[in-house]
Amino acid sequence: MAELKKKYDVIIIGGGPAGLSAGIYTARARLSTLLIEKGGIGGQIINSEMVENYPGFTEGISGIELTQAMHQQAAKFGVETIYDEVTGIKVDGKRKTITTAQGEYIARAVIIAAGAERQKLGVPGEWEFTGKGVSYCATCDGAFFRDKTVAVVGGGNAAATEALELTRFAKEVVLIHRRNELRATLIMQERVKSNPKIKIFWDTVVLEILGNRSVEKLKLQNVKTKEETLLPVSGVFISVGSQPATGYLKMLLKLDTVGAIVTDEKLETSVPGIFAAGDIRSSSIRQVVSAAGDGAVAAVNAGKYISE
Amino acid sequence: MSKTAEVNEAKFDEMVLKAKTPVLVDFWAPWCGPCKMIEPVVEALADEYKAKVSFLRLNVDDNPNTARQYGVMSIPTLMVFKNGQPVSNIVGFRPKPELSKVLDKALADG
Repeated sequence: MAELKKKYDVIIIGGGPAGLSAGIYTARARLSTLLIEKGGIGGQIINSEMVENYPGFTEGISGIELTQAMHQQAAKFGVETIYDEVTGIKVDGKRKTITTAQGEYIARAVIIAAGAERQKLGVPGEWEFTGKGVSYCATCDGAFFRDKTVAVVGGGNAAATEALELTRFAKEVVLIHRRNELRATLIMQERVKSNPKIKIFWDTVVLEILGNRSVEKLKLQNVKTKEETLLPVSGVFISVGSQPATGYLKMLLKLDTVGAIVTDEKLETSVPGIFAAGDIRSSSIRQVVSAAGDGAVAAVNAGKYISE
Repeated sequence: MSKTAEVNEAKFDEMVLKAKTPVLVDFWAPWCGPCKMIEPVVEALADEYKAKVSFLRLNVDDNPNTARQYGVMSIPTLMVFKNGQPVSNIVGFRPKPELSKVLDKALADG
């Protein structure tokens, strides 16, 4: 069945804070805007029960509430949302064709705000026990580990937040980090280190996740002494960073060594008329506020590109 | 508020295990972001499969025993029950096409 390809001024790929913010700006500039989201609206921040550093919310706000409000705001100004997965972008001068799993769309400018995906630890047992003690979301699953011992793997802000969140339920939280210092911001480090329920294992990596029907133990190794130990835990929360979702863009755009999209100060990529915003962009600081800021910058410059 | 009907521990036997059609149970809790994210996807599936599958959701906060009985340790978990037995188990947010595949398979098997 031949369907007429729908045309838009701007197509935004990804419905996290960067994409939603971009949509608010393009729609208010009266540019017809389509937002394509492959999963659900909100991006990675929906895993956060409390966002404390987004300006304007003195008591904090949950990630889901914040992004649902952004989505309503974008829809109010006329952004159309579809749920589909983008599989390719074809550039023919000023005309960009976006191929998705279910169709094709044409845009004059494209803003890629598809974010990053949670990185897996990549050890035996991780896949088998996902949902059986291996989790990537403390907010979602913390309550299943009431009065139990759990581990958190990682050393950044996300890992620190997960560890603190888990102290509300768990008897003990062991933070396992491969280095001898945390990458988390100082305020988060202070909170982690002063929490009596949190124990930190420095210079330690997880070799294997063990159990029968659910997680029972972690096989750990100290990277300095090479000594291996078994740590009995009921759950393990993995928070070892994220990977930009740029698989299908490799051939089209200039990416950096970690696979993030390289942009100039207008947030334009190596292809004119294609912009990038948020965590998918090289040197993103991975914050909601910077993602939203990126969205605005990309949107304004996409508008300029279209009117040139 | 979700359009999917709630089931609880007391009614689980009658509404899920003894049901004549397959039942998809969405294990959720109010504090869980991804559960809210998957809610509209489950509602859309419920619309699509309404003749073949019934859709219910169970609040794990209010019904911890049922969650424990089926080994639910991560939410959202979507579990498909057929003839009183869980036949498939999907943990975490998944896009709709992937969920459709799992449902189709669960319907086709046996």
